[in-house]
Amino acid sequence: MSLGDSATPLGKVRGLGSAREGGEHWLTERVTSIALLLLGTWLVASLLLLPQLDRQTIIEWLRAPTGAVPMALLIVIGFRHALDGMKVVVDDYVHEEGSRFAWNTLLLFLAVGGAALALYALGIIVFGAVA
Amino acid sequence: MATTKSRPLSPHLTVWRWGPNMAVSILHRATGTAVSFAGLAVLTWWLLAVAEGQDAYDRFGAVARHPAGIVVLIGLTWAFFQHLFSGIRHLVTDTGANFELGPNKTSAVLTVIGSIVFTAAVWIYFLGVIK
Repeated sequence: MSLGDSATPLGKVRGLGSAREGGEHWLTERVTSIALLLLGTWLVASLLLLPQLDRQTIIEWLRAPTGAVPMALLIVIGFRHALDGMKVVVDDYVHEEGSRFAWNTLLLFLAVGGAALALYALGIIVFGAVA
Repeated sequence: MATTKSRPLSPHLTVWRWGPNMAVSILHRATGTAVSFAGLAVLTWWLLAVAEGQDAYDRFGAVARHPAGIVVLIGLTWAFFQHLFSGIRHLVTDTGANFELGPNKTSAVLTVIGSIVFTAAVWIYFLGVIK
């Protein structure tokens, strides 16, 4: 089971340490950031390239697979990356264990709730009988 | 030998000497927090407004086109680009590169120049198109 000398510093800590999943959290934050680099560029480019930003244009844009799929990914990965990032801030600045747990739980609820709300709205736009 | 002033100090917020590197580091957290809360809130509200109907979309548009709304959106655009560019810089340093003092400082300054230029370009375009 030895990792040997070829293991990277990250490889040696993944799954280990008092936090156990600290290495996974660190890596997830980076992988989601690369995804958001693409999805964020897509969002800004799309908003710039759309002929207008009126409601009908937005609906047509989001009803196409090229709009609906990246937007769904942006919502899920965006809220996940925000949650991971805010957890680092809380873990760094909130020192009392009870408060830290409370903050992290609040952030988790906000992120999951926010993502669900945004996906609900996107679902109505894509599948609903929008006038 | 070195005077007391030039000796290295322990890493704590109150004793860092201000420079581009540390400024961009704390900006990364500040802009990440801003985009996580305000940015995702605006995105979710905007999607909900599109889903709900023309009246809701007009209400969103009235706030977004209000001078104070435009100031907030420009601020969020800058925060998005600043976090994106300093994020790319962090991904590079995560590989162990760019720790030389000169290039590290230069890249920190470049993230700020890049975020301001991109924000200006996006909003010059938007304010020219949206009346």
